[in-house]
Amino acid sequence: MSDPTSATSEAVAEAGGGATLGKPRGLMGDAWRELRVRPLFWISIAIITLVLLIAIFPGLFAHADPNLGMLSRSRKPPSGEAWFGYDQQGYDVYARAIYGTRASLLVGLLATIGVVILGSVLGILSGFYGGWLDAVLSRVSDIFVGIPFVLGAIVILTSLNTAGQGGAVRIISLVVLSIAALSWPVAMRIMRSAAITAKQQDYVKAARALGASPTRIIVRHMLPNCLAPVLVYSTIALGAFIGAEATLSYLGVGLRNPVVSWGVMINDAKDYIRVAPHALLFPSAFLTVTVLAFVMLGDAVREALDPKLR
Amino acid sequence: MAEAILEVRDLVKHFPVTRGVLFKSTVGQVRAVDGVSFDLLKGETLGVVGESGCGKSTLAQVLMRLEPPTSGAALFEGEDMFKMRGPALRRLRRNIQIVLQDPYTSLNPRMTVGDIIGEPFEIHPEVAPKGSRAQKVRELLDVVGLNPEHINRYPHQFSGGQRQRIGIARALALRPKVIVCDEPVSALDVSIQAQVMNLLGDLQTEFGLSYVFIAHDLSVVRHLSDRVAVMYLGKMVEIGTEEQIYEHPTHPYTQALLSAVPVPDPTMRGRRDVIRLTGDVPSPLNPPSGCRFRTRCWKAQDICATEVPALEVRVADHPSACHFAEERAVV
Amino acid sequence: MALLEVEDLHVEFRTRDGVARVLNGVSYHVDAGETLAVLGESGSGKSVTAQAVMGILDSPPAFVTKGAVRFHDEDLLTMAAEARRETRASGIAMVFQDALSALNPVFTVGFQIEEQLRVRRGMSRADARKRAIELLDLVKIPHAAQRVREYPHQFSGGMRQRAMIAMSLALDPEVLIADEPTTALDVTVQAQIMDLLAEIQRDRKMGMILITHDLGVVAEVADRIAVMYAGRIVEQADAVTLFRSPGHPYTEALMASMPRLDQKGTELNTIKGLPPNLMRIPSGCPFHPRCARVQDVCRVDVPRQHNLGLGHSSACHFAEEVVGG
Repeated sequence: MSDPTSATSEAVAEAGGGATLGKPRGLMGDAWRELRVRPLFWISIAIITLVLLIAIFPGLFAHADPNLGMLSRSRKPPSGEAWFGYDQQGYDVYARAIYGTRASLLVGLLATIGVVILGSVLGILSGFYGGWLDAVLSRVSDIFVGIPFVLGAIVILTSLNTAGQGGAVRIISLVVLSIAALSWPVAMRIMRSAAITAKQQDYVKAARALGASPTRIIVRHMLPNCLAPVLVYSTIALGAFIGAEATLSYLGVGLRNPVVSWGVMINDAKDYIRVAPHALLFPSAFLTVTVLAFVMLGDAVREALDPKLR
Repeated sequence: MAEAILEVRDLVKHFPVTRGVLFKSTVGQVRAVDGVSFDLLKGETLGVVGESGCGKSTLAQVLMRLEPPTSGAALFEGEDMFKMRGPALRRLRRNIQIVLQDPYTSLNPRMTVGDIIGEPFEIHPEVAPKGSRAQKVRELLDVVGLNPEHINRYPHQFSGGQRQRIGIARALALRPKVIVCDEPVSALDVSIQAQVMNLLGDLQTEFGLSYVFIAHDLSVVRHLSDRVAVMYLGKMVEIGTEEQIYEHPTHPYTQALLSAVPVPDPTMRGRRDVIRLTGDVPSPLNPPSGCRFRTRCWKAQDICATEVPALEVRVADHPSACHFAEERAVV
Repeated sequence: MALLEVEDLHVEFRTRDGVARVLNGVSYHVDAGETLAVLGESGSGKSVTAQAVMGILDSPPAFVTKGAVRFHDEDLLTMAAEARRETRASGIAMVFQDALSALNPVFTVGFQIEEQLRVRRGMSRADARKRAIELLDLVKIPHAAQRVREYPHQFSGGMRQRAMIAMSLALDPEVLIADEPTTALDVTVQAQIMDLLAEIQRDRKMGMILITHDLGVVAEVADRIAVMYAGRIVEQADAVTLFRSPGHPYTEALMASMPRLDQKGTELNTIKGLPPNLMRIPSGCPFHPRCARVQDVCRVDVPRQHNLGLGHSSACHFAEEVVGG
C-alpha cells in the first residue's frame, strides 16, 4: 500500500471505481476502449486493411500483367505508364509488387497461425501439467531455439525445396513449415509462462475446489487469461515472418518462380542494384511498411492489454 | 455434544525441495503441516490462527484436496476423503467449499459474475437444471447482499468487499456443509471487514454451515470462532474453546501471540502483560528439534530440545503442546 | 512553530477516466518528539499525503493543486529544487510497508546505507561502513558487522524492516514518516518493530508520522491522531480523547466495527456502503451517504472543523452531539 507506485495505482483504482456505474464491460472491452483513442492503432489498421485488400483483389489495384516479361523494356525507370518502372526481365514492378502481396502475406499469416497454434497448445499443456511433460517439452524447445533461424531454414529448404521441383502450393507450404518449425518455441515459452502464472491464480484453485476437470480449467480459466501475450506476439510475429519470407527468398531458398512475392522481387533485383535501384526499392518499401504496420499494431495491442502500462 | 463432521487425524504435508530440471534430486522437505489432528463439529466454527509459515494455508489446501497429503487421514462424515475417487469425490466437492483470501485474484477476470457463480452448477449439473440456473445465481447474489441485477458485470467493476461476497456466493452455490475460509477478510478494510464477517455469521445460522476459519488476525478469529486452534511451524500447539484460548492460554506461544496484538485502548498502554518474542519464525525447511517453539521461548529447558511435547491436557482443561504448560492471562 | 506542517493540501490525479480529487484540504502538523498517527482506510489519502510531503508523488497523474508543506517554516513546495532535495534528504525520512521492494535487491544492505552517508555527508568508505554497522546495531540486528555485507533477500521480513529503519535513520532525520511499517509483518514481529520505532523516536526526539489503518497500533503508540476520510481530515485529537469520546461519526463507527481481542462480540456494527469514488465525491459532507446520524444539512453543506477544545477538532456539523454520545 505504501510503495509509491502501488499507492498511486490504488488511488487511481479507487477513483476508477466510477466504472462500477457504467455498462458491464469485459477486459477486452476495456482494451478496445483503450485502442480506440490511439492514432497509432488506426494508422496501422488502415495500412493492414489496404494490404489485405491488395492481397485479396490485386486486380483492382494493378491492370498490367505481372507475369509479362518483355526484355525490350528491361530496367526502364518509373514512368507514367509503369509507375515503378520495369525490372531486369522487363516485368512491371508495380504490378508485381501488387500481385506479390498475396504470397508474402500468405506466408506470414500461415506461419503465424502455425506457430501460435503449435506453440500455444504445447505451452499451455506444459504450463498446466508441469512435471516431466514440461521438462521434456521445454528441452525440445530449447533445442529448436538453439538452431540459428537462417541457418536452419537454409538447411531445411535446400534439401527439400530444390529448384525446378513442385508448384506454387508446395513451395509456399515448405517455406511456411520451415518458418513455423523454427519459430514455435517463442510462442510456446510465452504461453507456458502465462499458463504458469494463471495456474497459480486463486480462481483456478477455486475451480479445482469445485471439481472442474482439467479441460474445463484450461479452456475456461487459463486460455482466456493467457491469450493476451500470445496475441501481441502473433501480431509482431506476423510482420517478422513476412520479413523472414523475404530474407529466405533473397537467399534463394525461399519462394521462387512461378510464385511472385516481395522477397522474390528483391532477390531478382539484387544483382542490378546499381543500374536499376527502383526494382529493389519498391518491393522493399512495401515490405517495410507492412512489417512496420504489424509491429505498430502489436505495440498498440500490448499497451491496451497490459494494465500496468496504462 | 454435537457430532463431528470432519475428523482430521495426524495430517502431514511435506513439500519436497528439488534441484535440477530434468533429473531432479530432492534436497530437503518443507514441513508445512506436520502431524495435525482435530475435529470439526457440525455447525461450529473452528478458528485456526498462526503466523506466516505455520502451515494454516497448506492445511486448507490439503483439506480441499488441492494438494495431496503426505500422510494422515481426514474423515468427512466418517469416510476418508483422501481415498475418495470419481462420484464420491464429486460428492465431496459439493460438501466442502472454500473462500479464498484475495478478492482480486480469486475471481476470473474474463468471466461475468453470473458465469462465476453459475460455474458450480455447470460442473455439477445435477444440482440445478439448466433453466433454473440464472434464477439460482440471482438468489445467491441476493443472499450475499449484492444486487441481482449485476449478474452480467465483470469482477473488476466491484470493490474488494463486493468481490469477496461474490466468492462467498460461489462457495455457497452447491449448498456445502463445510466451508474452509482461508483468510477471507484479511485483504479488506476495517469497515468492509465487519460487513463480510457479519455475512459469514448470518450464513452459518441460515444454512447450518460448519466453518474452518483460517486467519492471522486473532481478534477476527475470536469474534467468529467457537473453538480455536493455534498453529506454529506445522504443528498445532494449543486447541480449546474460544474462551479457553483467549482467557486461559497455557502455551507460551499462544500467550506471546495474544500479547503482541495491539489493543485499541490508549489507556491500557503500559498496563498489559507484555511478552515480546525475539527473532522471526524459523524456516519450516529446517525446524528446530523437539519443541519447535523452543528457539523463541523464554521457558525453554533441555527437555524441549530433545522431546516433542504432545498435544494433551496438562492444565486448564484443554490440550496444549508444552512441557511446561501453565495458565497466564495476557489479554 | 511546528516542525513539519501540512497546510490545506490539495492533490488530484488526472487520469483518462477523469480527475480524482485525492486530497481535499489536508492540514496537520507534527512537533519534535511527538508521534502523530494518520488513520484511514485505503483510498482515504493517508499515503498520498505522505508522498506529497516526501515529494515522491508520480506526476502525472498526481498534481498538487494547492497548499503548503512547511518544514522549519519553509515551504518545501515552493523551494528551489536542489534545496528541497537537500532538506528532504537530511530532514525527513520515510519507512515503507514493503521493505523487500523498497530495498534494492542488487546491492548489499550496507552499501545502501553507506551510499547516502557518502553522498550527503561526504564520508569515506571506511567511516560509512562503520556508521552503517552502528545503525544496524541500533535497530537490533544481530551480528551487524557480518550482516552489513548481506543482500536484502538474505534477511527475514522483520530483519528487512529493521534494515530499512536503519537506512532511514542514516542522515539523522528530524521527522520520520512510517507508512504502514508493520502491515506486511506477522503480529509477533509487528510488536517488535513498533517497540523499536517508539524507542528510537523517544531517544532521538524525532517527530514521527505513523500512517496506518490499524486502530490497535494507533492506540499503542500515538500521541495525537488524525483520522482521514475521502482526502480530508475528519477528526484530530490526542489518543486518549479520540478513543474515549470520538467527535466524528466515522471515527465512532470505525471503532464499533472493529472486532476486539478482549471480548467476544455478537454482531459487529458495520459502516454501510462503500468508500466514495474520488471522482464523484458526495456533496456536502463526504461521509453523509454512510453516516448513521445524517441530516439534511449534511447533504448540502461541507462541514467546517469544529473545535472541541484541547486540540480536539471534528469536521462534522453535529460534532458536539457526537462527542456527547
